[in-house]
Amino acid sequence: MTSFWSWWIVILTSAQIVLCAWLLFGNRKKDSGEVKTTGHTYDGLQEFDNPLPAWWFYMFVITIVFAIGYLIAYPGMGNFKGVLGWTQINQYDKTVTIADEKYRAMRDRYLAMEIEDIAHDPEIRRMGQRLFGNNCAQCHGSDAGGSYGFPNLMDDDWLYGGSPEAIKTTLINGRKAAMPAWESILGEGGIRETAEYLLSLNNREADAEMATAGARHYQTYCVACHGTEAKGNQMLGAPNLVNGIWLYGGTREQIVHTLRNGRNGVMPAFAQTLSEDKIHILTAWVYGLRKETAP
Amino acid sequence: MSELNASLEHPTYNYKVVRQFSIMTVVWGIVGMLVGVWIAAQLAWPALNFDLPWTSFGRLRPLHTNAVIFAFGGSALFACSYYIVQRTCQVRLISDKLAAFTFWGWQAVIVLAAITLPLGLTSSKEYAELIWPIDILITLVWVSYAIVFFGTIMTRTTSHIYVANWFFGAFIITVAVLHLVNSAALPVDGLMAYSAYAGTVDAMVQWWYGHNAVGFFLTAGFLGMMYYFVPKQAERPVYSYRLSIVHFWALVAVYIWAGPHHLHYTALPDWAQSLGMVMSLILLAPSWGGMINGIMTLSGAWDKLRDDPILRFLVVSLSFYGMSTFEGPMMSIKTVNALSHYTDWTIGHVHSGALGWVAMISIGSIYHLIPNLFGKSGMYSTNLINVHFWMSTIGTVLYIASMWVNGIMQGLMWRAYNSDGTLTYTFVESVVASHPGYIVRVLGGAIFLGGMFIMAYNVYMTTRRDTAAAETTIAAPSAA
Ligand code: HEC
Ligand code: HEC
Ligand code: HEM
Ligand code: HEM
Repeated sequence: MTSFWSWWIVILTSAQIVLCAWLLFGNRKKDSGEVKTTGHTYDGLQEFDNPLPAWWFYMFVITIVFAIGYLIAYPGMGNFKGVLGWTQINQYDKTVTIADEKYRAMRDRYLAMEIEDIAHDPEIRRMGQRLFGNNCAQCHGSDAGGSYGFPNLMDDDWLYGGSPEAIKTTLINGRKAAMPAWESILGEGGIRETAEYLLSLNNREADAEMATAGARHYQTYCVACHGTEAKGNQMLGAPNLVNGIWLYGGTREQIVHTLRNGRNGVMPAFAQTLSEDKIHILTAWVYGLRKETAP
Repeated sequence: MSELNASLEHPTYNYKVVRQFSIMTVVWGIVGMLVGVWIAAQLAWPALNFDLPWTSFGRLRPLHTNAVIFAFGGSALFACSYYIVQRTCQVRLISDKLAAFTFWGWQAVIVLAAITLPLGLTSSKEYAELIWPIDILITLVWVSYAIVFFGTIMTRTTSHIYVANWFFGAFIITVAVLHLVNSAALPVDGLMAYSAYAGTVDAMVQWWYGHNAVGFFLTAGFLGMMYYFVPKQAERPVYSYRLSIVHFWALVAVYIWAGPHHLHYTALPDWAQSLGMVMSLILLAPSWGGMINGIMTLSGAWDKLRDDPILRFLVVSLSFYGMSTFEGPMMSIKTVNALSHYTDWTIGHVHSGALGWVAMISIGSIYHLIPNLFGKSGMYSTNLINVHFWMSTIGTVLYIASMWVNGIMQGLMWRAYNSDGTLTYTFVESVVASHPGYIVRVLGGAIFLGGMFIMAYNVYMTTRRDTAAAETTIAAPSAA
């Protein structure tokens, strides 16, 4: 802030406080015993001229004194930093430092260990559950079971891979899926045909003639990402389309909707939000989920 | 009866516009609180949004706040200010046409709000959600209001300006300035506009507006009502003229500074947060000055509280005013705000002011007004006013007590952590724990709303009432 604005703030603030004090002291009147009205009458209403109640007067004075004291101790008067040197950023930093001193060492112990070895450690399960509940559950569900658009992390079906490295990469960098929209290329008819083909691949009831046409579309447009056997590609996050697990729903209309409009699921990156040790713990926790539920 | 005579002695007052606004106060009160109960029920049972965009919480919430603050509160303010300014200046409003324009214009604003907000058309600024074309209509209405009000004061036949009018005047001028500055925007089409401010400056302008909407719309104007109806109903002189001078000037001067307490621990610079906090603390005494002046006016007439439920409405509203203006400065202290912010405590604070103070003083004032405006000797039923009083009080207490419990619990749950440094509770666990409180709030709100229906019935019966026949049955004659 330039010194002009700093002084502007100092002067306005001081004037304001002085004005309050002047108003208060200027209207102080001792109780003279007899109470008179001001003599004015409005629509039958009159006003007494009682003195300011003493307790109220002192309450006002105390708040003014407190304000002055506070503005000496803390930042407030323009560029003046306050004698305590407090800022909200250093309050935050201090709290984080204290917390780190207290807990970091304990968590860092795990950093040196392999994910596979700590995935079932009771301490990890407990901490991971808490971290997951506050950072991930809003999307993946409290039990990591997922929901429409948000993958289930408990099953063995992975968009990007279930190895410790793959999970950690997902958490650190996030993931952005790019499934194009096919309406302009395939047209409504082509989309319906492809959908029938996908249904037939999953051994579901499908129109055979349309599915044959759909197979051709698939070979032309989809193999690049979903693969010749439609088992997906974890490099691209292209899902397996033949295992009966549907991120965006498996009814005929839902599949048609996916093809028509495309899908762009986003898993946020946590590199800025969570420290390395926490990401390590979460990776172990997620990795341990499968074996935990399916012994 | 003397009341009736008083109104007949001054057949030249414009009571038509006051009548219109008074009736609409009751109507909009019911509408706004109905939506309030609805959104309160949605927070307890989310399925009540019926999965429709127009009835989703995010669209109905601003409808609720606009309906209760600007439609209900606004109509009450218009009605009372027009009534009081005429009676205390002893002249008719300077222009009936302009006054009629403020009535129809304001109703148009409300109806447009009720259409646009559920459609999702919003400026996205809290308490200033209305889109820019409506903002322009508001400006026109407000300027007309100022002309009528101050024009009437200028033609007064009394030598001085009565204290109630100072408060109404401050309210009218400040709201005009707030509205113009905060709503400044660059239109991109007929519905949308970009705010003239960005980032932290936008946030600060918004809360400078927001807090002074509280200070001038929801406080100063209602103090104006208090300064007329409390001494009228108590038939006592105002306690202290001196106190009214000190607390009036201190209030209007200090409120303007307090906005930053809504932005503690944000990107707002530290110095601005500190100033907001200390000014909020200084605001305690000026706020209480109004409460003291109202309540002490009753000294020597306490017995009237026993059989006058209208006076009880007024006095209890002052107690809630005192409570919320004590709570507010406490919540402005940074360490307290660190706990209370984002929790239901804020919502409880809002409604101790909104239900306990704003709604109850308006209700009391309207009960005083209706018989006078319609030339009746009193309300149709004093017993029903009494029932309404208890329903309002119980409803308010249930609402704010449940939100205090919820708010403090949420604040404590969010900051609790385990010995390994992880948080003890997840957010959703705090939501589950809040569920009982949400149900109690629905109950409190429904009781309060029920009282409003009783009021509507009582008002309707009063307007139809045959005064001559009723005079013998009225128990407590209202004061003149
Ligand atoms: C550029 C690579 C790419 C191409 C080409 C592509 N997909 Fe995809 N597809 C993806 C990705 C990535 C996803 C995952 C989207 C997400 O998670 O948001 C996906 C998702 C899907 C899904 C949803 C699966 C579920 O679990 O709900 C279907 C169905 C699908 N693709 C079918 C097709 C078909 C049919 C074609 C050819 C017409 C096609 N895809 C072409 C990359 C591609
Ligand atoms: C804003 C919602 C959101 C949050 C928060 C979130 N995720 Fe995700 N996550 C997603 C989405 C969406 C995907 C799928 C991306 C896609 O469609 O390709 C995903 C994918 C993943 C995957 C890859 C799954 C696979 O099959 O390869 C893992 C692992 C994962 N998330 C773990 C986590 C963890 C651990 C957290 C908490 C630190 C978390 N997520 C927080 C939305 C979220
Ligand atoms: C029957 C009575 C009422 C009920 C049940 C009710 C209910 C509610 C609910 C559920 C919310 C949303 C809270 C949240 O988002 O968590 C709300 C917000 C609000 N209500 Fe009410 N309300 C009532 C009366 C009033 C009245 C009379 C006023 C004003 C005069 C008012 C002013 C407000 C304001 C200003 C907010 C926004 C608070 C904020 O953003 O912090 N309400 N109300
Ligand atoms: C001295 C008087 C008052 C002070 C200092 C004060 C202070 C505060 C504080 C600190 C908050 C919480 C901000 C946050 O954490 O987000 C708040 C919120 C609020 N107060 Fe007050 N308050 C006062 C009086 C009142 C009165 C009398 C009313 C109502 C009639 C009222 C209505 C509100 C509303 C509506 C909000 C919610 C704003 C929002 O978040 O949408 N306040 N007040």
